Amino acid sequence: MMLDRTQRRGTVLPWKAGHETRAGNGSDPQQDKARRFRDAALPYLDDVYTLARYLLRDSGDAEDAVQECYLRALRHFDTFRGPAIKPWLFAILRNVCRSEFVRRSGVLHYVNHSVDGETDNDEDARPLWQEPQGSPETEVLQERDAETIRRLVAELPQPFREAIVLREINDLSYREIADVVGVPVGTVMSRLARARSLLRAAWVAEEGRPT
Amino acid sequence: MTCNEVLLHALLDNELDASNAREVEAHVEHCPRCAPQLRAFRGLRQAMPAAQLQFTAPASLRRRIEKAFPAAAQRLPSRRSMLKGFVMGTALSTAMAASLVVAVVRTDQDQRVLGDIVSAHVRSLQADHLTDVRTSDQHTVKPWFNGKVDIAPPVVDLTAKGFMLLGGRLDYIDGQTVPSIVYRRRTHVINLFVAQGASSTTGEARLQTVQGFNIQRWTARGLEFFAISDVNAEELREFVEKFEAALHPVRKT
Repeated sequence: MMLDRTQRRGTVLPWKAGHETRAGNGSDPQQDKARRFRDAALPYLDDVYTLARYLLRDSGDAEDAVQECYLRALRHFDTFRGPAIKPWLFAILRNVCRSEFVRRSGVLHYVNHSVDGETDNDEDARPLWQEPQGSPETEVLQERDAETIRRLVAELPQPFREAIVLREINDLSYREIADVVGVPVGTVMSRLARARSLLRAAWVAEEGRPT
Repeated sequence: MTCNEVLLHALLDNELDASNAREVEAHVEHCPRCAPQLRAFRGLRQAMPAAQLQFTAPASLRRRIEKAFPAAAQRLPSRRSMLKGFVMGTALSTAMAASLVVAVVRTDQDQRVLGDIVSAHVRSLQADHLTDVRTSDQHTVKPWFNGKVDIAPPVVDLTAKGFMLLGGRLDYIDGQTVPSIVYRRRTHVINLFVAQGASSTTGEARLQTVQGFNIQRWTARGLEFFAISDVNAEELREFVEKFEAALHPVRKT
């Protein structure tokens, strides 16, 4: 999926417009804030939920995290300066998920990976993956159903999974991903490259698996 | 230029400026190592359409979050709360659409928008939700939209021209709250959806037929218009002409 950046830059910012048109409504400011927040943030509920599903890999936990994310976001909506609300929501969700990881195991899996992601010692790294040079690049990928692709993505180690979900499924730019994750753009680029190699290798390996 | 895998991804992701993109492309063309790699990653991307990998938030979660907004949802004007159930139903059916607003190429988006418009039209006929503000007075309908949507949709009364103004309604199209102006032609309802246009150019009206409904779609004054109805294509075209004709001589904002 190629994306037309210019078109995306040209999109309107409804929450900003909402800010102006609704400011003069005369209702109490708390209500007004909540309403503006709802109009701006609720359309992204599915995106936030999607990211939560991939990060937490559990639908119940994802729901709780998304709810917490929206509550926190509403509380801090005053500090939101734009330009885009989606990455901002993602960053909050990511913090919520981090707390969830701490709660789950008492171990900081989430942040405890090498910055460049060049090591394979993540909790869920499996021997299934090979280095990119091991995977035949001429091979045409067999079509997979959504369920299988979701699983393959979900099985990627955390930093790579996150990078590919933000890029491919949530359609963030490198800059936005860097802001959400809190790493330099260069790191985003190398993680994404690695993520795609891992995913492709897993995809190819999947073909040998009985279905 | 030397081989750099990361740049291949940047090229794939449209993250390179024009001159760098040209340079990488020129390199890839002649590089036995990079060319298959780029093809491979392109293939991977094609094999994983984002729309399929999205999850849809459960309705219960949406409700929980809506409820959590302090008072805002509850103490809105009554027509708004009346609308709420409706919007939520719509939100559900457009769940996928809402989340992909910026993510999808134009044609996909068009398909989805049209799909949403048909659904909204059908619902407006089924439920008792044809209008949120019910009046044939254009000067009542237009201000009613103030503060509810980000645009000021033009409202004209075409009763004398054979299209009776019934009122206005808010709907939910492609993840956004969109005004609809409701007209009647004999026993047929015409919903006119007005959305923020992508450009300020004026575009010819085009007819499309989706699920048997005729949709006339055009752009003018920076807005995008979708007129949908079960009236025949000819009468719908007539509606568009009358509507535009009624606006043009006045040219007021």
